[in-house]
Amino acid sequence: MLVLPSRTLAAAWVASVVLLPLVLPDPYVLRVAAMTCIFAAFAASWDLLAGYAGQVNFGHALFFGAGAYSSALLSLRLGFSSWIAVCISALIATATGLCVGYLCLRLRGSYLSLATLAFPLILIGALFAFPDFSGGELGVTGLQPLATTRIGNYYIAAAAMLALVFGIWAFADSRFGLILHAIRDDELAARASGIDTTRYKLAVFAISAAAAGITGALYAHFMRGAGPSTLETALSFQVVIWGVFGGLATIYGPVTAVFVLYPLTEWLGSFSAFGELRLLIFAIVVLLVLLFMPRGLTPWVRDRIETRCPRCKQQNPAWHVSCRICAAPLHAQSRAPGHSPR
Amino acid sequence: MFQDILVTGLVNGSAYALLAIGFSLIFGVARIVNIAHTAFYMLAAYCLYALLVRFGVGVPLSGVMAVVLVTLLSVVCYRLVIEPVRQHEAAVLIATIALALIFQETMLRIFGGSYLGIPSAIEGVANVFGMGIPWQRLLILIVAGAMLSATWFLLYRTRLGLAIRATANDLEVANLMGMNVHRVAMATVAISVALAAIAGVSVAPVFVVDPFMWLSPLVTVLSIVVLGGLGSIHGSVIGALVIGYVEAITVFALPQGAFLKGAVALSIMVIVLLVRPEGLFGVAFEEER
Repeated sequence: MLVLPSRTLAAAWVASVVLLPLVLPDPYVLRVAAMTCIFAAFAASWDLLAGYAGQVNFGHALFFGAGAYSSALLSLRLGFSSWIAVCISALIATATGLCVGYLCLRLRGSYLSLATLAFPLILIGALFAFPDFSGGELGVTGLQPLATTRIGNYYIAAAAMLALVFGIWAFADSRFGLILHAIRDDELAARASGIDTTRYKLAVFAISAAAAGITGALYAHFMRGAGPSTLETALSFQVVIWGVFGGLATIYGPVTAVFVLYPLTEWLGSFSAFGELRLLIFAIVVLLVLLFMPRGLTPWVRDRIETRCPRCKQQNPAWHVSCRICAAPLHAQSRAPGHSPR
Repeated sequence: MFQDILVTGLVNGSAYALLAIGFSLIFGVARIVNIAHTAFYMLAAYCLYALLVRFGVGVPLSGVMAVVLVTLLSVVCYRLVIEPVRQHEAAVLIATIALALIFQETMLRIFGGSYLGIPSAIEGVANVFGMGIPWQRLLILIVAGAMLSATWFLLYRTRLGLAIRATANDLEVANLMGMNVHRVAMATVAISVALAAIAGVSVAPVFVVDPFMWLSPLVTVLSIVVLGGLGSIHGSVIGALVIGYVEAITVFALPQGAFLKGAVALSIMVIVLLVRPEGLFGVAFEEER
């Protein structure tokens, strides 16, 4: 099971997420960790849509905000209990995803990215126009958290994150994920091969929106309220940065990026000298990393610790000389003596 | 109210047109979705503020210096940050977002987050056909008109313009015909950022200057170029006027209009996209497969 260094890393990561409250029960650490978990699942849902299906969504905050607002409004205005509100808000986010997906069916590439940027802003405008219902610029507050203790709240966020991330990962590795790869690389060819691309694109919008909506609802309950910041362009850009920084079409990439970048910015913000500089440092770190690893962080690291067998295309640890599956030599044979390179 | 709508729509629309043309040019030539485009507009406004208010340089000189400085900065940014990752589309996107954030935070550190006012270049109100229009707004209109004509002349009457249009049309063939596409891309970046900087300098005295002033025009510019068709110059100008007037009508004629102006403009963009996915004047780009 742990033959590959990347699998060992993933297992170590799961273990540390589960064991964190037992080792460090500090309220501040738990709060940052819970937020990291929520945003990690959010970034993973973006990667399914943008990385796999190639529908580079610049307005992913729409689904997050739809989840957050509907969960908060259902609990506070209509008196639903928290868990039912989370479930219904996932359904509402799914419906939003289907709507956006339907509107974007004919768009592709940059047009799709720029058009999707508009949807969360339209929703913000609509919410601000009815301040009595939505709370206007201040948002709605006074929501009950899902669990009564800090550790309980952390475990809810962590469990939801692990379930969503591994669910999306398994999903992306399935036949469905393969079809998404095909749609991203060449939609026309995919359609010519008998794939109903319309149905698959709608499905991936719905699934991604559902996952993002759940994270949004969890965020609203964790923060005890939902405000316009859950719909802002800044959040949409943030998730794009996480996705590309970590590596597109990997699922684990964006998750890694959130686990690296979010605690980093929070930690920098805790110093009074750096507090106001944290966004600047964040942007410079992202820029520098991309200059040296343009494909993202995790593909770069994975290339360092693993090699791919040239014959059977299976991953191998970088220090293996021959493939663990088919025993083919992994590295190009050293030149036979006597032959000078041309 | 009718006069207000007429004037506000025209003035805002022409400022948007300056921004949108530049954005469209960079996208057409280099296929860069430049999120930092309006951040350069913000930088130009701050540059003008620093020169005019802090250092007391005269109005025309500080305006010109602000545009030149911001344009030079954009070329440096392009060489250092964008060009090394040009092959990776996603990385370029993030690089421009990161640049915009860096500019925003740097201005926040230097000038603070408060709203800064810049005195108008010309005070007073002009009387045009019985309507009172502040001179500064008329100046925006004149500058925008002059710059739009200059851009048109550059693109359609000079060799550089021919090279830019050829590269936008087909990069590989333009390269095979002996055009230095890297230099053309750099020139396009400089031209488009100069247009954004001119917009920033001329608009700054009318609006307030703050480090977050790039976000709302960015969204408007994006909706304009999508509405007009990505990469189309005519489309950008017409889209800018349409959005300018739609915003003006929403603000003046609807209750709660100030909150809804963005939403209405964006909804119009969405509706146009549903009817015509390539925008009003979309250049049907060759399928890049």
